[in-house]
Amino acid sequence: MVDFIQMVVSGVAVGSSYALMGLAMVIIYKTSEVPNFAQGEMALVTSFVTMMLLTTFGYPVWLAFCLAFVFAAALGAFLEFAVLRRAKNPNILGTIVITIGLEMVLLGLVSWKFGAEQKTMPFPIGPYDSFIIGDIFIAKLEALTLVSALVLMALLFFFFRYSRLGLAMKATQQNPTAAKIVGIRTNRIMMMTWGISSVVGATAGLLISPVIMHPFMMWDPMLKGFAAAVMGGMTSLPGAVVAAYMLGIIENLFGGYVSIEFKSVVAFAIIVLVLCFKPSGLFARHYVKKV
Amino acid sequence: MFFDRITAFFCLAAVFFILTANTINKYDCKNTFDNELFTHQKVLPMDMKRNYYEDVQLVTSPVVFFWLILLFVFLVVFPFIVGNYYVYVANYIAINIIVAAGLNLLVGYTGQISLGHAGFFAIGAYGTVILMAKAGLPFLLALPCSGLVAAGFGFLLGLPALRLEGPYLSIATLGFGLTITQVIGRITLFGGREGLHAPDIVIGSWIIETDRQFYFLLVFITVLLLLGMRNLIRTRVGRAFIAIRDADIAAQTMGVNIVFYKTLAFAVSAFYAGIAGGLYAFVLKFIEPEMFTLMMSIMFLAMVVVGGQGSLMGPIVGAGLLCWLDLKLRNILDIPFLGDWLETLSMSWFSITGVSNIQYVVFGSIMVAIMLFEPLGLYGVWLRTKRYWRTWPF
Repeated sequence: MVDFIQMVVSGVAVGSSYALMGLAMVIIYKTSEVPNFAQGEMALVTSFVTMMLLTTFGYPVWLAFCLAFVFAAALGAFLEFAVLRRAKNPNILGTIVITIGLEMVLLGLVSWKFGAEQKTMPFPIGPYDSFIIGDIFIAKLEALTLVSALVLMALLFFFFRYSRLGLAMKATQQNPTAAKIVGIRTNRIMMMTWGISSVVGATAGLLISPVIMHPFMMWDPMLKGFAAAVMGGMTSLPGAVVAAYMLGIIENLFGGYVSIEFKSVVAFAIIVLVLCFKPSGLFARHYVKKV
Repeated sequence: MFFDRITAFFCLAAVFFILTANTINKYDCKNTFDNELFTHQKVLPMDMKRNYYEDVQLVTSPVVFFWLILLFVFLVVFPFIVGNYYVYVANYIAINIIVAAGLNLLVGYTGQISLGHAGFFAIGAYGTVILMAKAGLPFLLALPCSGLVAAGFGFLLGLPALRLEGPYLSIATLGFGLTITQVIGRITLFGGREGLHAPDIVIGSWIIETDRQFYFLLVFITVLLLLGMRNLIRTRVGRAFIAIRDADIAAQTMGVNIVFYKTLAFAVSAFYAGIAGGLYAFVLKFIEPEMFTLMMSIMFLAMVVVGGQGSLMGPIVGAGLLCWLDLKLRNILDIPFLGDWLETLSMSWFSITGVSNIQYVVFGSIMVAIMLFEPLGLYGVWLRTKRYWRTWPF
């Protein structure tokens, strides 16, 4: 029983980082219908920049993290402005290819700059600091991931529900032309969306970086986050979160009880199964195609 | 020296022709031109069809016939005039051409997305080697068999793909590709993580040992498969694929059986990838599961997109260009001038250990640039150039 709870707890922790990546992708997909494969690498760049700020420049932690979030927002906004906006009515394949291209450029730049070997992030909480509740070990970092994921989710929920900017984003997604007519600057909204999404992704990146830090560290969380987003329906924020936690927990239980070897791919098998029965994800309203 | 000058002259001439056609003419008749490109009907005056037989012809004019003969002569002579390394490069490119052509059937003609072709590639490679080494089948039987196995998996993947599109389809295929390599890596029959050695190919009394001998077999298979693709596209099946790409619901109302044709597209595409994988095992002589990564699938997709989706020439050009770049960029510091400059740049701004990762930057930039400036890829550039110079003074 203790094993089971332990696995679920670490599943929840892993799920939190998937959830953050999934949220970041959903935010962009909601507004611009771009499945952003560059999400992980945007977070990667931010993590490495933070590491540089902390080690090379010796900034204090709070300042480095504030600068990192500003950088993440600027990076996201810049990519939208410089690349995605320049595409001439791209179809879905076009956007996938563009974001994969961006991903490769960012990945190449980071690994060119820092080399491929493992780095250490001078994070205030070490990866092995933990506390014990009953018989369950909880790493402090996992707890922090969970808390920040929950806080960000709540913030995003209220943001999309109540703030003017969030409503404008919803409007842009539902009908760009009508949004333009009522006076929403859709271009600027897109930029802000990318900025916000990049910050959410960067949070995940920063929380993963104390454990593993090398240029390919974001591939797995990004793909799992994307899988969770797709499973949740690609446009639903709660859907992505629930699916991410499901994937995290199932993955860990599968690793514990069935086979540790296939742990990393069970998530994909699950989403292929889910998509067989619910082709538009678990939580999306039924997807109707415009002819 | 003399040959260098001739090459330089031809390069400059090509740049001139392409630039004029793509800068001057671009804005004149942009709309009509784009429409033509998207419907893929070349309604140039010289391309007018005069009778139905011309639709079926493989070789449309004496000029094309002449160039075709020249191409075949070149292909035959090529391995004798260059060194071993370039024969290897040619083999590598030919294999990627087969995969790219197969993927193009799916992406360019049927309008589906696949980020899992490395999986089919792996199935083909492992299937061929295992059928030959463990089951003792001859190469000429093992290769199509493993192609068919890959096609079977393509059919299976095509089933969920029927109801999926866009990001849903991309993550499903991506997951398939990743899962296949994981599964192969865990099964001891497949050599596990240590990989497998490819046996020698024996066809009748012909034992293939060198790259040069393998080149002829490979070129023969490539040409055969490309011809098959060209003919497939022009049949009822090919037209059904194109109809599904352009508007699947409309195609369904016209009586195109979407279930059948979509799964068929996946199966045929997987067949091509499987055959290419089977051949790839013999180019490298050694296969291991770590080779068939997501990056490989991405590169296959990049070849199709860079060359030009929905054309036969596109994947050929794209595969040629990207493979050549790939092999060149592996030792990027050996390139004259550029290498030295990159070395100093890396020393002062980046790290010298990570310099080989510039290839990611290059490939990524190419993909982004193609999508932004020329969504139809290099084939679109070629069409535009051809059109401009055919009707030149006008």
